[in-house]
Amino acid sequence: MKGLADAALLAAVAMGSVLGASALVQARWPRRSPATAILLWQALGLAGGLAAVGTLVGMGLPGGNVGVVRSVVHLGTLFRIGTWLRFGTVASAAYGKFGSMSVVLAAFRLTCLAAGLALFASLCWVLIAASAAALQARRRQRALLALLAHGDPKVPGALVVDYPSAAAYCLPGRRSGIVVVSVGTLQLLGRRELAAVLAHEQAHLRERHDLVLLPFTALRRAFPRSAMCAEAHRAVALLVEMLADDRAVRGRPARELVSALVRFGMAGSCPTPAGALPAAEGEMAARVVRLLHPVRPLPAATVAAICLAAALLVATPVALLLV
Amino acid sequence: MDVLWETDVALTVREVSARLTQRNLAHTTVMTVLDRLAKKGFAKRQRDGRAWRYCPAATRETYVAELMLTALDQTGDRTAALTRFAQSVSGIEAEVLRDALEMIEGNGGGDEGTG
Repeated sequence: MKGLADAALLAAVAMGSVLGASALVQARWPRRSPATAILLWQALGLAGGLAAVGTLVGMGLPGGNVGVVRSVVHLGTLFRIGTWLRFGTVASAAYGKFGSMSVVLAAFRLTCLAAGLALFASLCWVLIAASAAALQARRRQRALLALLAHGDPKVPGALVVDYPSAAAYCLPGRRSGIVVVSVGTLQLLGRRELAAVLAHEQAHLRERHDLVLLPFTALRRAFPRSAMCAEAHRAVALLVEMLADDRAVRGRPARELVSALVRFGMAGSCPTPAGALPAAEGEMAARVVRLLHPVRPLPAATVAAICLAAALLVATPVALLLV
Repeated sequence: MDVLWETDVALTVREVSARLTQRNLAHTTVMTVLDRLAKKGFAKRQRDGRAWRYCPAATRETYVAELMLTALDQTGDRTAALTRFAQSVSGIEAEVLRDALEMIEGNGGGDEGTG
């Protein structure tokens, strides 16, 4: 019976993660402490994924009075599934009507087990595929930059591309990231605004925000129809920008970054072509308002409580799966 | 690569070297670079007697466009390879931003570096 209780608890964690995520999308506090909110998003994603896999595998395993992973790892399991299936067949032959029920049960369990393992495999796969796609895109960008980009004294440490519209982005890398700005940006922004933009991008690179975003991008690609995955990706992407904004305004007036943001937004540089995803509604305004009217970060005790909740959330499925 | 983009005809290694006078590069260096460009697909080459003639596979503008389209995430596939500073806005949001700009400039702030 413990196995069933474990599966029920895992199912509860999975459901809780989904509910928690939808609550977090609506919540107002994340913009006060983006780093904490990002941590909670990561915990929700990890716990939800592990618990969903664990629930399915747990329901699929016979007996189930031990931890899911141990019973999977345990060599005896396969044998047990085998004998149990054979038992099911024998039983169905021997007991007629009652036996057919146990065959149905066996089929149900096998389906659960297969679904759980398939979910686990596909989650791993989308993460690998997203990483590979990102690496490939970066390699191509680096090759193109080597041909096209040049330095400029106005933006020390960044590369400049002869492109008339405003564009600034960073290209993360294991050894060193690159900040790229267009000629249009140099014309659009003043010296101090440029410095603020560079500080923002360098914060992305230094703190490897691309790695934070990667699992959420992978999830979104894996479930393109899922509104929840899209919302999660959008929320984390915005939080990452806010985090970089916070870093960029350290030691400089916020209005330099705000004015850079506003000029960028107003430049109308890149009209979204048909078929591409439109820019998320209100994100730029949210960043600007947040910088102009700084909100108090969450109190330390609240942050600690959220971190503890996140740790517990991840620890529950991990403990159930391992023990 | 800039040398190749500047002319309409395909150039040999020797011709490219001759146009890079200010760089004073060894013939073999230029040859290696052109060879790499060809292998990466940025340059096309064809036999001309005993030498190769090189020309760009695409115009400079094509590559700039590719670079920027992927960087600005407008190709439709979001790769997470790049994190961009900001996107352009429209409608109500643009008005919010315009107000914000007026507000900071009205505060006697502005940005001295502009222009």
